[in-house]
Amino acid sequence: MLKQIEGSKAVAEAIGLCRPEVICAYPISPQTHIVEALGEMVKSGELTPCEFINVESEFAAMSVAIGASAAGARAYTATASQGLLFMAEAVYNASGLGLPIVMTVANRAIGAPINIWNDHSDSLSQRDSGWMQLFAETNQEAVDLHIQAFRLAEELSMPIMVCMDGFILTHAFERVDIPSQQQVDAYLPPFEPRQVLDPAEPVSIGAMVGPEAFMEVRYLAHAKQMQALELIPQLAAEFKERFNRDSGGLVRTYCIEDAETVIIAMGSVLGTIKDTVDEMRAEGHKIGVLGIISYRPFPLEQVRRALLSCRRFLVLEKSLAVGMGGIVATDVRMAVTGAGLKGYTAIAGLGGRPILKSSLHALFRRAQAEALPPVTFLDLDWDVVNKQLARERTTRRSGPVAENILYDKGIVSAKFG
Amino acid sequence: MGFQPVKFYQTGTFTVGNRLLTPDERSLQSDKGRSNSINSGHRACQGCGEALGARYAIDAAVAGSHGQLIAANATGCLEVFSTPYPESSWQLPWIHSLFGNAAAVATGIAAAMKVKGKTSVRVVAQGGDGGTTDIGFGCLSGMFERNDDVLYICYDNQGYMNTGVQRSSATPPAARTATTMTVGKEPGNVFGQGKNVPEIAMAHGIPYVATATVADLRDLEYKVRKAMTVHGARYIHIFVPCPLGWGTASNDTIRMARLAKESGTFPVFEAEYGEVTGVLKIRHQIPVEDYLRPQKRFAHLFGEHPHPETIARLQLLADRNIRKYGLLNGHAAAADEANEHLRELRISEGGN
Amino acid sequence: MFHIRVHGRGGQGVVTAAEMLSVAAFEEGRHAQAFPSFGSERTGAPVVAFCRISDKEIRSREPVIEPDAVIIQDATLLHQIDIFAGLKPEGFVLLNSQRSLQELGLADLLKGRRPERFCTLPATELGLKHIGRPIPNVPLIAGFAALSGTIRLESVILAINEKFKGKVAKGNIAAAEEAYLLVGQMIQEAAKC
Repeated sequence: MLKQIEGSKAVAEAIGLCRPEVICAYPISPQTHIVEALGEMVKSGELTPCEFINVESEFAAMSVAIGASAAGARAYTATASQGLLFMAEAVYNASGLGLPIVMTVANRAIGAPINIWNDHSDSLSQRDSGWMQLFAETNQEAVDLHIQAFRLAEELSMPIMVCMDGFILTHAFERVDIPSQQQVDAYLPPFEPRQVLDPAEPVSIGAMVGPEAFMEVRYLAHAKQMQALELIPQLAAEFKERFNRDSGGLVRTYCIEDAETVIIAMGSVLGTIKDTVDEMRAEGHKIGVLGIISYRPFPLEQVRRALLSCRRFLVLEKSLAVGMGGIVATDVRMAVTGAGLKGYTAIAGLGGRPILKSSLHALFRRAQAEALPPVTFLDLDWDVVNKQLARERTTRRSGPVAENILYDKGIVSAKFG
Repeated sequence: MGFQPVKFYQTGTFTVGNRLLTPDERSLQSDKGRSNSINSGHRACQGCGEALGARYAIDAAVAGSHGQLIAANATGCLEVFSTPYPESSWQLPWIHSLFGNAAAVATGIAAAMKVKGKTSVRVVAQGGDGGTTDIGFGCLSGMFERNDDVLYICYDNQGYMNTGVQRSSATPPAARTATTMTVGKEPGNVFGQGKNVPEIAMAHGIPYVATATVADLRDLEYKVRKAMTVHGARYIHIFVPCPLGWGTASNDTIRMARLAKESGTFPVFEAEYGEVTGVLKIRHQIPVEDYLRPQKRFAHLFGEHPHPETIARLQLLADRNIRKYGLLNGHAAAADEANEHLRELRISEGGN
Repeated sequence: MFHIRVHGRGGQGVVTAAEMLSVAAFEEGRHAQAFPSFGSERTGAPVVAFCRISDKEIRSREPVIEPDAVIIQDATLLHQIDIFAGLKPEGFVLLNSQRSLQELGLADLLKGRRPERFCTLPATELGLKHIGRPIPNVPLIAGFAALSGTIRLESVILAINEKFKGKVAKGNIAAAEEAYLLVGQMIQEAAKC
């Protein structure tokens, strides 16, 4: 059913349709509206049978999900940023134990400095944890990916993060088609665990594994993600059959057939990129877009195939490998090793800095002209940066960096956009 | 042939043996039908108090749940020695997740049982003092506050033993550990405030809190069985000597636990909804010094450069327990006496 | 595509205004996107929200830089923020105030623009009158409908009924209807000048 609805609310409804049995979450901006909506659905009896547990920390949230999942219940939680880091130990534990927990990450920057706005640093900090990671481009896709996620996680016995841009998607009101309970039930059968804590058939889960077997256990986690590379497109195809829309999959291309320049990105910024590309195409530029939906497993083959016939690519990412450059860019480069393509990285939108179409126009043209350095920081205020560097050169007691920069920037509330 | 008098020592403790008791007075451990939840073959040290305590407690919990029990275990000695890959001692469904989250994992299991309508399946969480009083404290408190239907059992051997005997917030003052060495002005662990987790559990107002030791088997079994008759958050804190970490003889484990109780160092009691309902009285009080002497971790208090003032301070702490919990028969908590003791304590600590 | 920017202060329902605009457009079968520019949530701080309306899927996620319409819920922002930044030459402005643009010293703004596209509306007073609370957002949305013709009053009423119930919904509808009427009258006057 078509609704004009807040992203968070749409996602909550989608989760509800997936018949979760244990929901445990700790509030953190910008995920709060999701868990609030779910809490209300459980309390009112609308979502039943389901246990909603108000936990005392994100570490507890993931731990409760671990216990619930190991005991055979379909478990769900949601977090962002600092919360994801706080539960990091449990995140690795869940994937190490092979528990099919589904978690929404409402992508938000990690501090310090504390920042509640969107970027991808939180999810990407856990990219090697063994969790699958899917990135939604729109709220419709966020809804759809959650439904596919439960199925994917349970078939492989591996946990999965569905990533959606905090505030930009979670707090945006837009048109979403919420599927019916019958549709979801037909796509997502009840949870059949591979391992379960059951007094009738006791097992021990979580033993210490020494050098003699650890490599094999870890390899098997990797092998499962290799299986996911096959399963994700299959589930997306089945989704399309049943729900009649394109959602999910490994990658999505746009105007790529004769593109000489390809822009690569994840998440909601793909929308702004596509608008920019349309305008450039109208002027005759041969430019296209490659959207990555499945970040883990990383679709090396699909990325390579998409890029092989272009001349150059630009990875636009809301993440930064401090001391190195791009995170997504590094994975993309691995995909096109030896292909002799020119590649550029643009770090953009960190901490919620808006990515403007006008800036993208300028950036893409420079990419086309191959007039970009290897790594660019989009719309960086060099004046402010240089001022701070000068400050540090001249004074030892130069003060907290963030506060200095804010002071130089002036009153924030006077600006917008 | 004349009468040979038979002296029964420790009368009232049933140590004379199960055969002389009626079946319902016998310990569960003496019953061939016990579940043997932690099977032999585990890798615990000789004389491990925790292995003993866990066997008593979990068998009692399994009996109390009619064989429908799931256990969540924190990282620590018990977890490590009971599951040396690829073997497992556990005869019940068991999960080890992390060091600090046993209580939360148990909460999740209990929620799963509830949502699936499996009301007869019960959940136990267990961990050492490290996993309970330190790193697992937040999750423990959360579980208490929500009154989740979990019995949490803490095996307190007063240190991080599995990693090489480091100090935890349960380590007693003056004790030697690898991170509180017997050097400097105050050798061994400092005199801090202590962290009385049973009392903290009581402060949460949960249905049942108890302390126990491996010296009083039936008392321990009774407390676990009693806990299993209750729903909601429950906490049992078991004193389990560690021969390796404490430097005691491996055949002295039960005796050490008895000395801790009889000296007043470890009070044994029960509480419901935040109020003490029962106490295991000291049968024959001994000075704290007699409890400390057999332990190498307190050896620096004796010998060439003794610290009688430290022993006196430890005695004061034991006296305070005796007074506070009424551990001696006929002992009334007189306010004046209490104040006098506290005054002495403050004087002795005033030097810090 | 039609771009709207709503300015106000925390607690005045700025975000709700943008959301209800999007719901009204949705009810007319159009695509709409509404989202806030978030600061830390704090009553009284300047807040901006955006709404885009289109007949096609809206893909862009950037803030509204070149609005077709600016709705100002709090006149005290006029001297604090560059509220009209990027306003298109043919753009609409609806300002919550009991005074006219001239009285507010904004006559310069009208230079080179169409006077019937600029309007002030005593929205807070309408809120007080019909709902009993000084919240200007619903009257402003209805006023905007009259000013721009981008959405219909009926759609605004549908959006009100989705968001509110009972007496509150009734009050909001009454406020909306009066606002719509007032703005309609004012632009007729302006067109005559």
